[in-house]
Amino acid sequence: MSDIVLRVAGVNKRFGGLQALSDVGVQIVRGQIYGLIGPNGAGKTTFFNVVTGLYAPDSGTFELDGAAYSPHEVHRVAAAGIARTFQNIRLFPDMTALENVMVGRHVRTKATALGAILRTRATVAEERAIKQRSLELLEYVGIAKYADYQARTLAYGDQRRLEIARALATEPKLLALDEPAAGMNATEKVALRSLLEAISRDGVTILLIEHDVKLVMGLCDQVTVLDYGKTIAVGAPADVQRNPAVIEAYLGAAHTNVATKASA
Amino acid sequence: METFIQQVINGLVLGSMYSLIALGYTMVYGILNLINFAHGDVMTVGALTSLTTALLLQSMFPGMPGWFILLGALLAAIPVCVTLSLVIERVAYRPLRNAPRLAPLITAIGVSIVIQTIAMLVWGRSYMPYPQLVTNDPINVFGATVTQTKLGVIGLSAVVMIGLMLLVNRTRLGRAMRATAENPRVASLMGVNPNFVIAATFAIGAALAALAGVMLATTYGVAHFYMGFLPGLKAFTAAVLGGIGNVPGAMIGGLLLGLIESLGAGYIGDLTGGVFGSHYQDVFAFLILVGVLIFRPSGLLGERVADRA
Amino acid sequence: MIVVAAVLLALPYFAGGFGNAWVRALAFMLLYIMLALGLNIVVGFAGLLDLGYIAFYAVGAYTYALLASPQLTQNFAWIAQAFPNGLHISIWLVIPLSAGVAAMFGILLGAPVLKLRGDYLAIVTLGFGEIIRIFLNNLNAPLNITNGPQGITLIDPVRIGSVNFTGVHDVFGIAMPAVYLYYYLFLVLTTITIVICIRLQNSRLGRAWMAIREDEIAAKAMGINVRNVKLLAFALGATFGGVSGAMFSAFQGFVSPESFVLNESIIVLAMVVLGGLGHIPGVILGAVLLALFPEVLRHTVTPVQMALFGQVIVEAEVLRMMLYGLALVLVMLYRPKGLWPAPEHGVNPVVQKHSRLAA
Repeated sequence: MSDIVLRVAGVNKRFGGLQALSDVGVQIVRGQIYGLIGPNGAGKTTFFNVVTGLYAPDSGTFELDGAAYSPHEVHRVAAAGIARTFQNIRLFPDMTALENVMVGRHVRTKATALGAILRTRATVAEERAIKQRSLELLEYVGIAKYADYQARTLAYGDQRRLEIARALATEPKLLALDEPAAGMNATEKVALRSLLEAISRDGVTILLIEHDVKLVMGLCDQVTVLDYGKTIAVGAPADVQRNPAVIEAYLGAAHTNVATKASA
Repeated sequence: METFIQQVINGLVLGSMYSLIALGYTMVYGILNLINFAHGDVMTVGALTSLTTALLLQSMFPGMPGWFILLGALLAAIPVCVTLSLVIERVAYRPLRNAPRLAPLITAIGVSIVIQTIAMLVWGRSYMPYPQLVTNDPINVFGATVTQTKLGVIGLSAVVMIGLMLLVNRTRLGRAMRATAENPRVASLMGVNPNFVIAATFAIGAALAALAGVMLATTYGVAHFYMGFLPGLKAFTAAVLGGIGNVPGAMIGGLLLGLIESLGAGYIGDLTGGVFGSHYQDVFAFLILVGVLIFRPSGLLGERVADRA
Repeated sequence: MIVVAAVLLALPYFAGGFGNAWVRALAFMLLYIMLALGLNIVVGFAGLLDLGYIAFYAVGAYTYALLASPQLTQNFAWIAQAFPNGLHISIWLVIPLSAGVAAMFGILLGAPVLKLRGDYLAIVTLGFGEIIRIFLNNLNAPLNITNGPQGITLIDPVRIGSVNFTGVHDVFGIAMPAVYLYYYLFLVLTTITIVICIRLQNSRLGRAWMAIREDEIAAKAMGINVRNVKLLAFALGATFGGVSGAMFSAFQGFVSPESFVLNESIIVLAMVVLGGLGHIPGVILGAVLLALFPEVLRHTVTPVQMALFGQVIVEAEVLRMMLYGLALVLVMLYRPKGLWPAPEHGVNPVVQKHSRLAA
């Protein structure tokens, strides 16, 4: 049985005169933590946005869990099972942390306006379930005590966790994280790493853009390296970091001895 | 054929006035991303001021030629409109420059209403006849009849619009306006005072509105406190049609809208077998507005709005 | 709560002491509250600035007017034949019908325009509102459907069971003029409206609206079909407009396009903005203030001016409109969240810290 959760191939995207992506693709196995790295401007976020439906590609095939999906409407991609976080954190700032996560439950629930108005038993039960599950998720990422705090009052690291909790609420097949460690200090990164490892252990496949090389190397099972919109290397971190093209484009000689998941 | 030419000329007259008002909307939107709802009402104040002045001059100087009085009325209306517009900008819009988008829009609506009520108080509610200052002798042009007024509107508008294009493209102020419209922050880094440029934009728009107001009042022979609503809305439509923020766009949009309205009103009776008469003329403008915004929101010539990053 | 209910029930008798006109004013105030709550769904919950909201009021009003007056039977022989006793739709039918027709218009008007950015949406909805008014004003030729600017008269008053809402009725020994009956009917409808709005606000849909208002892209990324959810806001908001429109029609006995001009849309917007965008109690407050205060003005301004100056310098009508305009401007400048905004949602540790310091 195909255990490939995400199969994307042949993605091309042009912005005016710039070919942002040339024939890029990934194959992510279920349960993997997959990293997407490359220098600034390599096209990582563009690829990310294409896969999650924010940008329409010029070409490409997209398959989630064996079924083709169309990356043309963001909400459909989310409904199909890819949940994402944003590089610049896009929470609902004036809603509480709990409410933020409850919004994440929207796509897997079905109470209608009529149900709400009439307060049917099914609707009330569903609301209770939504709240329950959302609290569980807040607990899971470690910010349960901030459940009733306005999202914008949370500390930066907690906001990132909240965004992940919200994404998890959509019961994704693939959790796509856009630079989750950006702006974090070393301690926060360690905590993030254990959270992501826990999520992975609990069966969620993760796709990750990251600049922090150490984090990526220690966390990811497989990595794709982009440069100038093209794939220059695919493979286990240990192999990729020895790839001369990659070193030249990105890592630099000083990083060739970073411990990888396999060697650690 | 004569009907056609007649409608075309009427359309150009109407369109010229729309263009003048549209320029005010488009320049302000280009710089501030704001629909100056009160612009139509500024025009109304201009028309009403000119009316009062004209009547005053007529009674004070009975022998004065019509053209002269009209000029005097216009010269009185312009500073009133400019002042009003600058006050509005300073009091109602400037404090909200960094507020979320809905706030200045709501304020603009409020300002529009306040000015309408002030006009109601000062000039009363009734439709006031505009004195006939220029003869209405028909002149034959290719079989259609025009009056001096109509020719004056078309001609003067053309001159003013050419002047505006020169101002925007050839003068220092114009350069500053274009720069601020494109990127206010960077423009200020280059030494452009954004407050001054914005004020100048409002002032120029107001002057054009005053002119348009006088033209409207003389063409239709009547003025009243609500006269600015419909023309204002249509002028905004024209601005969007041409591409909001785009100065030549507003000019073309205005003329185009005037022509469409005129020809449409003239022929709609025939086209629909009498079901829809010419009182649906206003609906045209709205339908165009809705259509443009849905199908081609950047307008015919492309929009030029500030990069407010 | 019981106290409030008791006060509301007794209110007409108190106000009636000053004249039936005051009870009428209260009844209209209730209609405005319904309108404001409906617009609040669109502007306050979903964040869509609709400047043509009064069109739904018009649609509801004319729906009832056409189905409960001699207008259609007089002008269309085939209808007169089909309904020899005239058209007299019952209130139980007309409420859902006007809601449905208004919702349909809401969807029709909303579908093409919901992807537009804020200010463009405002102008387009304004345009739609005007288009509907122009059609109502002109659909009197070649077929006389709406009777044009003269409007439709002889509209049936409300009839519940055998009780006709005209004249004076005897209820448990208390005399109750028709206008009181309307007040109580509107009170019931308004209460239902409030309950519906509160339930919507605290539901999955309400959260979706709030999410869209706060960050549309993030909302989409969470699987919310933004377009449909916005459309739902439009349609639901429209239903309140439609129902209150039908009630207005019955109450006044007469409708004309003049009641549905742009200024009316702006008045309802002013109520929502003044009270507190998105906050149900605030919106009710805004509606009460802006519906009643002008009535108070009308009864004081004119006599005061007559006494002081011997003539009326500022008509009450003009003052009323100026008030609405000023309300919009001043609120946006000085209290953009309204007079009674939603209390700080959720815990805000910074605020708490300050209060501890102050104590």
